[in-house]
Amino acid sequence: MVPSIATVLAGISLLILSGCSGPYSTLDPASQSAREVAIIWWWMFAVSVQVLLGVVALWLYAMFRPQRHFSQPRAQRIQNQWVIWGGLVLPTVAIIPLLVFGLPVGHRMLPLPLEEGEPVTIQVTGHQWWWQVRYPQQGIELQDEMHLPAGVPVDIELTSADVIHSFWVPRLGRKLDAIPAYHHVLRLQADEPGVYYGQCAEFCGFGHAHMLITVHVHSLEDYNAWLEEVGDE
Amino acid sequence: MSNPGATEPRELHRRLQAIWANLPGFGTLSAVNHTSIGRRFMVTGAFFFLVGGLLAMLIRTQLALPEQDIVGAHLYNQLFTMHGTVMMFLFAIPILEGFAIYMVPKLIGARDLVFPRISSLGYYCYLFGGMIILFSLFFGVAPDSGWFMYTPLSGSEFSPGPGSDVWLLGVTFVEISALAAGVELTVSILRSRSQGMTLRHMPILCWYLLAMSLMIVFGFPPLILASILLEIERATGLIFFEVAGGGDPILWQHLFWLFGHPEVYIIFLPAAGIVSTVLPVFAQRPIVGYRWLVLAIILTGFISFGLWVHHMFTVGIPHLAQAFFSVASMLVAIPTGIQIFAWLATLWTGRVIFSLPMLWIFGFLVIFVAGGLTGVMLALAPFNWQVHDTHFVVAHMHYVLVGGMFFPLIAGLYYWLPQLTGRMPSDLLGKTGFWLTFLGFNGTFLVMHLTGLLGMPRRVYTYASGTGWEWTNLVSSLGGFVMAAGVAMIILDVALHFRYGQRAPRNPWNADTLEWATAMPPAPYNFASLAPLPTRHPLWDNPELGESMAQGQHGLTSTGHGRRETYGSDAVTGRILHIIHLPTNSWWPLAAALSLAVVFMGLLLRIYPLALVGVGVTAVFVLRWSWENGVHPNAAPLNVSEPEDYPLHSRTQDGPGLWGMVVALMANGTLYLSLLFGWFYLWTVAPLWTLPPENPLSLAPLLLSGVLLTLAVIGYQQLVTGLRRRRGRPLKRQLWWVTGLGLGHFLLLLWVLVSAPLEGTVRAHDAVLTVMLYYLLIHSGTGVVLTALQGLRVGYGYVSHNLPYETIVLRPFWLYTLGIYWLGLAAFVLLPMAWGGG
Repeated sequence: MVPSIATVLAGISLLILSGCSGPYSTLDPASQSAREVAIIWWWMFAVSVQVLLGVVALWLYAMFRPQRHFSQPRAQRIQNQWVIWGGLVLPTVAIIPLLVFGLPVGHRMLPLPLEEGEPVTIQVTGHQWWWQVRYPQQGIELQDEMHLPAGVPVDIELTSADVIHSFWVPRLGRKLDAIPAYHHVLRLQADEPGVYYGQCAEFCGFGHAHMLITVHVHSLEDYNAWLEEVGDE
Repeated sequence: MSNPGATEPRELHRRLQAIWANLPGFGTLSAVNHTSIGRRFMVTGAFFFLVGGLLAMLIRTQLALPEQDIVGAHLYNQLFTMHGTVMMFLFAIPILEGFAIYMVPKLIGARDLVFPRISSLGYYCYLFGGMIILFSLFFGVAPDSGWFMYTPLSGSEFSPGPGSDVWLLGVTFVEISALAAGVELTVSILRSRSQGMTLRHMPILCWYLLAMSLMIVFGFPPLILASILLEIERATGLIFFEVAGGGDPILWQHLFWLFGHPEVYIIFLPAAGIVSTVLPVFAQRPIVGYRWLVLAIILTGFISFGLWVHHMFTVGIPHLAQAFFSVASMLVAIPTGIQIFAWLATLWTGRVIFSLPMLWIFGFLVIFVAGGLTGVMLALAPFNWQVHDTHFVVAHMHYVLVGGMFFPLIAGLYYWLPQLTGRMPSDLLGKTGFWLTFLGFNGTFLVMHLTGLLGMPRRVYTYASGTGWEWTNLVSSLGGFVMAAGVAMIILDVALHFRYGQRAPRNPWNADTLEWATAMPPAPYNFASLAPLPTRHPLWDNPELGESMAQGQHGLTSTGHGRRETYGSDAVTGRILHIIHLPTNSWWPLAAALSLAVVFMGLLLRIYPLALVGVGVTAVFVLRWSWENGVHPNAAPLNVSEPEDYPLHSRTQDGPGLWGMVVALMANGTLYLSLLFGWFYLWTVAPLWTLPPENPLSLAPLLLSGVLLTLAVIGYQQLVTGLRRRRGRPLKRQLWWVTGLGLGHFLLLLWVLVSAPLEGTVRAHDAVLTVMLYYLLIHSGTGVVLTALQGLRVGYGYVSHNLPYETIVLRPFWLYTLGIYWLGLAAFVLLPMAWGGG
């Protein structure tokens, strides 16, 4: 039996999607901001493949096509057309939508003031080679482990005790450097409860490859229960 | 055409050979000729490429499978740091410098570069600096903080071993050669083109190489400054990047990438120049859109200095600034697009001959365009925040650098190999080499984009199973070994061609540019006679030109004087202004480089008295070297016949030395501005910036010292005005006056420095102030010594009202010293007072 086109397409996309999943995959997003970046990526990827193939095809055609003679003025016109359309118009036309859609995405990821309520605040300090995680209100302190509520914005206040590290949980969104004496804020908001993984992204010396963090995302009730339980200790 | 008939061509070549040849045996180490030096640069660069490639193979072996421990974290960190460092600083930049050194005089119809001894010095600095870096690997003390050496990781607290010092000192030593090449190539391209080659008649490659040279002049000083500051911090504890005392590690990143981004284009532009040279030859028509290309080159040069921050999108810079740098970064797509479509139009309107160099250019196109597209993606801040510091970036930069530099380089290798050696390479081996390299490269790096998107950070020595990175890494490693096989094939081809290659016919590709008019391989003087070149395509306009130049039918054929000569011309019109007499084989560059090596080894091993002695000896060597100029018996003494048509440059008031001085001061000024940038940056941004309780410098002696300096410079100005008019007061007395005033200024400044209660190890404020004072002192001291030497040279009759050249060359240095003094005083003492601090 010949499988229908739809089946084949579904099979391929399943294959691609399963190839794109993974504990650290940016293409398997679990938050709004990570999802927006993944969408931008797929758009950029699709357009880029077309540009690349188009340019290469033109190049090959130009090299192997039957040869013709061009008068000097004719050659001059062709030259101007190529340079203006390919060199000026094409990049400009490609860049403008990218900026129009891309820059607001970046803006939405910033720790902007919320319309109502306050974000959960967690302090994270990078050490060679572990993450120190503190919940200042509850007096909780953890190592290489973090607990978050789902569906609630969380501000992670980042700094470092020694060299520069970079805090990154790919499925939840962007990375931000942890720099000594600086206190930068990283806003995260996980969609669903689950376990997510992060790894230091800025090279920080001997133990860089093993500087991992596990992020447990709970429902709000479970999270509050966890705070109660651990905070009491 | 009076003299050519006098000498029969073979005799002319014999005489020129006698004047221009390197010394035999070990004497060849004293060679200053651009063909020899250029070749040495390129061979050494190729050697370092193999070293870097070997390191890459070790990296790929370690990462081939998850949870391997073949090399371990400690060695792995050295491997990737060294791979980046070797490929960037010891392969890519030097080999292109060598290419430019070899090529420029041949393209513009000159016999040598204008500062041949500087070429030689540059080569030895490169060689010795490269050896220092390489040997550290064998002693197990190679740098291991990554090739961009971020502080505080690279600082003394977290990298106490000598690794960081090796990097900082070795790279700085090597960068002397880059700056030397930048200055001399700029001046040579502008001031030694043959008759009638106006700017718009320059072969397009010259524009690319000119842009590269100028970008080196402005791009390298921030890195050199940063390296000096970090090395001082590591060695003495003066605070620049350490937060605790008011320094800032982010300042290192700014200074590094202020260099680092232009550097990408310093590498790309000459390679693109190779494409723009080779491609029209195989399309058998002039390049389309010459003016568009020149515009694109200039645009690229300018834009590349305005987008360094896109390497730092994750350090927490305000989003508005990031948006600005996003846009700026994407703008580079425009000049790049112009070039790609100009090449396309050239193919479109030409009659294309498909050959091995064109195959490599095709490979370049595919890989480079792909790398450019991922570059536009990375310029978008929110996407960058996800994939920054992952293998996606690793893949991107290899597409840009290998595609944008290595592939054109090999195209150039196959294109110019007959010119270099007189023999043709094998087509079959060449094609096999290409396909292995091309497929291996894409096998390694195409899938690596996915590795990065799947979240694998760069610079991890291993990874766990179950991360999803297993198969992509295995594919990358396999691809890497295929690519290595391709490179081996190229080496084999080149090695075999020396023995089995067919003799190349003259101008085998029917090229248009003048380097094909030399003998193959070329003679050290390039051309027996120098023809006017009022054209971009000399050999297409006149295929017999090479013959007539070799026959001695054009200018500059007299040899009786024994001088090495080439034309000096007007920067814009190419009108001949004078004849430049060039130095012959000299041991001073090697001596100076060796003593510099002692300085660097002294600093590296922390034997500071040794380093100090080295500095003194270097100064003596360099000054002794400078003594052999003008009418010195080893240069162009007066009692030998002088040319009749044009004066020798040292008898005029304008020559390459003056331009060299100005271009070198532009580089120096960039270093100074970088220091000012650092000062203002720390003042405004550093989180723990502190001010001393009261200003450590006393204003009155500083002002007095400045007044003395101003008087000295006014005196020097008057002296030069007198010289220009070829009259005026006794030269020697005036020079000694300036020396005396300058010395007074210097001593007063020294006293201010010694007596000031500067605590650079406590606060960054004082540390930067200390560096600034030393910087001013070095300039004042140098000015005094050089002026005193001028006074001495008057006594020897080397400088006089009839020979004012050298004194005029020194004038910009004094003006510069004056400028930085008052600017420094304003920025470091007066402005902070006005702000109410310090």
